[in-house]
Amino acid sequence: MQQLTEIRWHARAGQGAVTAAKLVADTALELDQYIQAMPEYGPERMGAPIQAFTRLSAAPIEIHCNIEDPNVVVVLDESLLPIVDVARGLTADGTIIVNTCKTPEEIRRELGIDHGHVATVDASGISLATLKRDIPNTPMIGALAKVTGLFTLEQVADHLRKSFGKKFTAEVVDANVESVTRAYREVAAA
Amino acid sequence: MPEQKTIAATGNIFVAEAMRQCAPDVMAAYPITPQTTIVEEYAKFVAQGKVHTEYVTVESEHSAMSACVGASAAGARVMTATSSQGLALMWEELHIASGMRLPIVMANANRALSAPINIHCDHSDVMGARDTGWVILFAETAQEAYDNTIVACRVAEDPDVLLPVMTCLDGFITTHSIDRGQTIDDETVKAFVGERKPDYALLDTANPVSHGSFAGLGGPFFEFKRSQRDAIDRSKPVVERVGAEWSKIVGRPFGLIETWGLEDADVAVVVIGSSAGNARHVARQLRAEGGTKAAVVKIRCFRPFPAAELAAALKGMKAVAVLDRAESFGAEGGPLFLETRSALYDLERRVPVVNYIYGLGGADVKLELMRRVYSDLSDIASGAAAAEGLRYLGAR
Repeated sequence: MQQLTEIRWHARAGQGAVTAAKLVADTALELDQYIQAMPEYGPERMGAPIQAFTRLSAAPIEIHCNIEDPNVVVVLDESLLPIVDVARGLTADGTIIVNTCKTPEEIRRELGIDHGHVATVDASGISLATLKRDIPNTPMIGALAKVTGLFTLEQVADHLRKSFGKKFTAEVVDANVESVTRAYREVAAA
Repeated sequence: MPEQKTIAATGNIFVAEAMRQCAPDVMAAYPITPQTTIVEEYAKFVAQGKVHTEYVTVESEHSAMSACVGASAAGARVMTATSSQGLALMWEELHIASGMRLPIVMANANRALSAPINIHCDHSDVMGARDTGWVILFAETAQEAYDNTIVACRVAEDPDVLLPVMTCLDGFITTHSIDRGQTIDDETVKAFVGERKPDYALLDTANPVSHGSFAGLGGPFFEFKRSQRDAIDRSKPVVERVGAEWSKIVGRPFGLIETWGLEDADVAVVVIGSSAGNARHVARQLRAEGGTKAAVVKIRCFRPFPAAELAAALKGMKAVAVLDRAESFGAEGGPLFLETRSALYDLERRVPVVNYIYGLGGADVKLELMRRVYSDLSDIASGAAAAEGLRYLGAR
């Protein structure tokens, strides 16, 4: 892992971006990484655009501020693309992952960027098929793991079982693992 | 060295955990954002039977601190937590707690004061309480918030001190961000903090005493306040000693001030709380780029103020920037600036000091803003600019 990986999450409140930011941090902690995970706290109400942040590093992390130049951007809701500049500050070789049925090429055109990598996955579709609800956060972690190589599928699934196992039924945990696995396999990058 | 457990948790959870390990007899608390999750987590410990604490739910912060005062005078170990308007509402009792020499430990989640309404981080709340006679410690990280809580418990109850201690952590930035840190086993903390042994407990009915009585016109009141000054002056070596002892157990530094890059620096930034890391990060980048050689001096103990330590650290600097996350309206600068410049007054060679007000109401402390501070310092050090004027960092 490089010295510092900065991940910015864009979502609408209620889609689980804060949980995802934390899950990724917790997964990295199990690999003995240093971590930070925080939402940008504001007057949230269901459906409002929100940001959350995750930092991962092999060395202690000492900065405390929002992420302006992310290595990775994860967009949980494609309806944000016309209203939020999600690609803002994306590093030259950074990656942006969007929950959408569109292709990476189409999203790249919409974003109007010619640098970095663009990946797409139908996380909502996967979530509806596996969890019977549109909660795209866990599949997006599967896509993130695949595209960035930060984690193996097993590492994500193991942590999910451990973490969700405390709170949810075996059925819900299995459905989440299934959605992560499908997103890991189905994510398309360009 | 005792076994430590690495966990990922918010600063507030680290504080609640440290409080559980210190095992107060009484906690009287009222919730307020962004402190609430401390007392909420602690209420869970009580409900789960993990602590013996008498948990008093009160109707306001004024009552919270009043209950803490009563319980502490009775002889109990007492802790609480607050923030912002809550701390402001405790104003009367803050003075009573220190005046009655009660070793209460309180966490403060640093948050702006209204108006306009804002729930985010700055140091206006605690800086308004800086003259209330409390020992005041600041954390940069969740880890330091944990360590400070445990150290505070010992310092407050030290027979040479017997003063309340406020342990401050930055609202949301530290209280609500998930951070990696270590906790130590309960037995180690229990042995470290020991038991409170009050000399004059109200509940010691065999030896009846009065607390907080009338000390009228002049004389006794004046003498009493003088003894309170002596007590907080005496707390300085105690904070150092207890901090060093804790540092040895956990293997993490603890100082009144903590310095970085001082040895060969031309300029320095003085800062409190979570932004210290931002200052170090940018200073490190500048050195790697062959630019300004800057030092960062973080204040961990604000009361008693480490004036001599600060003067020794900053002596010989060509320019110093003091970063204040609070205003002192109508004064020549923010509270930290006023104290720092005063601390440098007796140096033989004058050190140019410039003041920045930053991050009020949670304004993001972007790294580019920190770069601007170093760039200004570089200009002052080279003589290209004067160290004058109060600067608002990043305000439109």
